[in-house]
Amino acid sequence: MIMTSITNSGWWVKLKRFCAPVPLLGWLLGALGAVILEHIAGDPFSELLGLPKIPVLFGALVMLKKPLLIPSVLLYVLVIYGMPPALVGRLFSGLANRAAEKLLRFSKPFSVLIHLALLYAILHTWSDLSAYRLLTLKFTLIAVMLTLSLNVINGYMGEFSCSHPGFMALGAYVASTFTLSLFVNDRLFGEALLPAGLGPFLFPVALILGGLVAALGALVVAIPSFRTRGDYLAIISLAFMFIVKSLFENLEIVGGPRGMGSQPNWANLPTVFVWTVLCVWIINNFVRSTMGKALNAVRDDETAADAMTVNTRKTKMVGFLFAAFWAGVAGGLFAHVLRYINPGTFGIQRLAEGLAMVYFGGLNSVYGSILGAVSLSFLSEALRPLEILKWIIIPLLLILVMIFRPTGLIAFKEFNVGNLIKPKNTAPIED
Amino acid sequence: MTFFLQNLVNALQWGSFYALIALGYAMVYSILMLFNFAHGDIFMVGAYIGFGMATLLVALAELGAVSPPGWLILVLTIIISMFLTSFLGMLVERVGYRPLREAPRASAAITGLMIGIILETGNLMLLGAQRVRFPRLIESTTYDLGGVFVTNKKIMIVLVSISLMVALHQFVKRSKWGMAMRAMAFDYAVVPLMGVSINKVAQLTFAIGSALAAAAGILFGIAYPVLDPYMGIVFGWKAFVAAILGGRGSIMGAALAGFLLGFIEIFTAMIFPSTLRDLIAYSIILLILVFRPHGFFGEDYSARLRL
Repeated sequence: MIMTSITNSGWWVKLKRFCAPVPLLGWLLGALGAVILEHIAGDPFSELLGLPKIPVLFGALVMLKKPLLIPSVLLYVLVIYGMPPALVGRLFSGLANRAAEKLLRFSKPFSVLIHLALLYAILHTWSDLSAYRLLTLKFTLIAVMLTLSLNVINGYMGEFSCSHPGFMALGAYVASTFTLSLFVNDRLFGEALLPAGLGPFLFPVALILGGLVAALGALVVAIPSFRTRGDYLAIISLAFMFIVKSLFENLEIVGGPRGMGSQPNWANLPTVFVWTVLCVWIINNFVRSTMGKALNAVRDDETAADAMTVNTRKTKMVGFLFAAFWAGVAGGLFAHVLRYINPGTFGIQRLAEGLAMVYFGGLNSVYGSILGAVSLSFLSEALRPLEILKWIIIPLLLILVMIFRPTGLIAFKEFNVGNLIKPKNTAPIED
Repeated sequence: MTFFLQNLVNALQWGSFYALIALGYAMVYSILMLFNFAHGDIFMVGAYIGFGMATLLVALAELGAVSPPGWLILVLTIIISMFLTSFLGMLVERVGYRPLREAPRASAAITGLMIGIILETGNLMLLGAQRVRFPRLIESTTYDLGGVFVTNKKIMIVLVSISLMVALHQFVKRSKWGMAMRAMAFDYAVVPLMGVSINKVAQLTFAIGSALAAAAGILFGIAYPVLDPYMGIVFGWKAFVAAILGGRGSIMGAALAGFLLGFIEIFTAMIFPSTLRDLIAYSIILLILVFRPHGFFGEDYSARLRL
C-alpha cells in the first residue's frame, strides 16, 4: 500500500521521467564525475560548510553524531554526489546513449569491460580518500560474494543452510595457512618457504584452494542431508558449523582459540573487486544455466522435477558444493582483508548476518543479493554512532521487510547484463 | 562406578535444561512447521524475569518483615515467571510469526532470529552488560549416597523438569486443547475446517513453550546463579539441535534427545579435554542423523512439506 502510494505520487513519476533516458553508462560517468569532484573540491567545500572533514559515509556518521550539522551535510551530499550524476546524466544522455550503442555494436564483452572499468574507477576514487572507506568497501564486496553464494542454496535451491560461516572459516584458514606458511616468516609456521615476491601471483591459488576445501567440507554436509527432503539440511549444516568452529578452536597448529594473524596484505581493492566480479559473473551464469533451472525445479516440486528426468540428488549436491566453494573463496579474501582470524569470527553472529542479507535483499535474485549485502553492510556501518541501538533498528527493519515482502525486496528477478548496459530509448540491437 | 554415577547425576541436571527448552522448539515445529529461533532468547528472558521476581519477592518479604521459607518464594517465582513469559511467547507469535503464516517458512525463521537479537539487545540496554546474580533462595545441602554426592538442588531441578514434562504430556494427550494441537500437527490444512482456530492453537503453543523455557531459565539460575544476556544463544541452538534429533514434533523425543545431549556433553567433558566438548557432541549428533535421518521418533514427512 505504501509502495503504491509512493509510486503514484507526482514527484516519483517526475523522477522516473527524468531518469528514463539515461543509460547505465551515463550514470557511471556521472558518478565518476561526483567522486572526482569530491577529490578536488571535497576538502574546501566541507570547510566552507563548517564540516570537520569530508563526510566519510555520505554523511551518515556525522549526522547521527552531531544533529546540528544535518543541513550542511545534506547540502554537501546534494552538491557533491547529487549534482554531477544529474547534470552529466541528463545533459549528456544523448551522447551516452550513442556511446553505449557504439560499444554494444562493437562487442558486448568489451562494453561490459568498459562498464566494469568505470565502476572500478568510481570505487577506487571514492575509497581513495580514507582508509575507513576502503575497508568498508572491501568488506561490502566480500559480503556480496557471501550473500550471493548463500542465495544459491537458500533462494535458488530452496533449502535452509546454516553452514556458511563454516565454509567461510574453512576457506579463510586454508588460504591463510597457505600464504603464511609459504611466504611469511611468522610464529606459527616458521620460515617462509618461497620468496615473498612470488606471493601475489600465487594468491589466487590460495583462494581457490580454500574454496575447494570448503566444497569438500560441503560434501560432508551434503551426503547425509540430501538423502531425505526436509529440514535436515538446516540441522546438519548447523551442526557442521559448530563442528568446524570447535575444530579450529582445538587445532593448536593454526593458533587455536587465539587465531592467526599478520596475513600478507595482498587483498587490495583490485583483487577483491576482480574476485567479486568473477563471483557474480559465474554464479549468475550458473543460476541461468540448465543446472540452475534444475535447481529451481527441485525447489518448486522435487517429485515433478524427478519425473522430468532431473537428477535431483546430483543437482542439489552440485548447487550446494558450488555455493560452498564461493563461500570459501570469500572467506580467504576476508582473512586477508582483516589480516586476523579466530574461530569466534565464524560463529552464529556471522550466520545471522548472512541470512539477514539474503532475505532482506531478496531470494532467487542476483540483484537482491547485491542490494541486501550492500545496504545492510552500509547500514551497519552508518548506524555505528547509535551504538547498541543499532541492533534494535536493523532487526526491526528486517522484521518489517519480512512481514510486508516475505521473499525480500527484489526477489525472483533475473540479472540480465545485456539489458543493463544497453542504451535507453533506442531501437533494440541484435546480438 | 561412583565416578560414572556422579557424572550421570550431573548429566541429568544438565540435560533437563536442554530438554525443557527443546520441548518449546519441538512443539512449535510440530504444529506450525516453523523454527522458532527466538526461543533461546525467550529462555534468557525467562531467566531474567525469574531473577526479577525472586528479587522482588525477597524485598517484599523484608519490607513486610516476614520471612517466608525459601521454597515458597521459589515456587511463587517459578509460577509467576512462567505466566509472564508465556505472554512474551504469545507476543512473539503475534508479531513475528502470524503475519508470515502464508510466507515461505524461512522468512519466519528470519523474523524469529531478529526478534532474538532484539530481545538480547533490549536486555542489554535495560540492565547493562554486567552479569546479574540469581538470589540464593534455598540453602544447598549435599547428600552422600555411597560415594555419589547429590545436592538437594539437583534433585529438585530434575524432579521439577520431569514433572513439567509429564504434565505437558498429559495435557497434550488428554485435554481438548491438546487434541487440537495434535490435530494441527497431523494436518495443518484441515483443522480450521473443523472449527478450530489456528491462531488460538498457535498462541497456546508459543505460550506453553515459553513457559517451559522460563522454568528452564529459573532452574538454570538456581544451579548456575550467574545470568548474562547472551546465555540464550548457546543453549537455544543446542536445544534446537536436540529438538530435531528427537524427531519431528515428537514431544517425548525432544525431551529424551535433550537428556541425551546433556549426557553426551557431560561424558565427553569427563573423558576428553573439555574444549573438545562441542566438537565431539556435534559429531555424534551428525552421525546419529546420518543413520536415523528422521530422528529417534520422527516419521518420514516429505510428502507433507510446505515451503
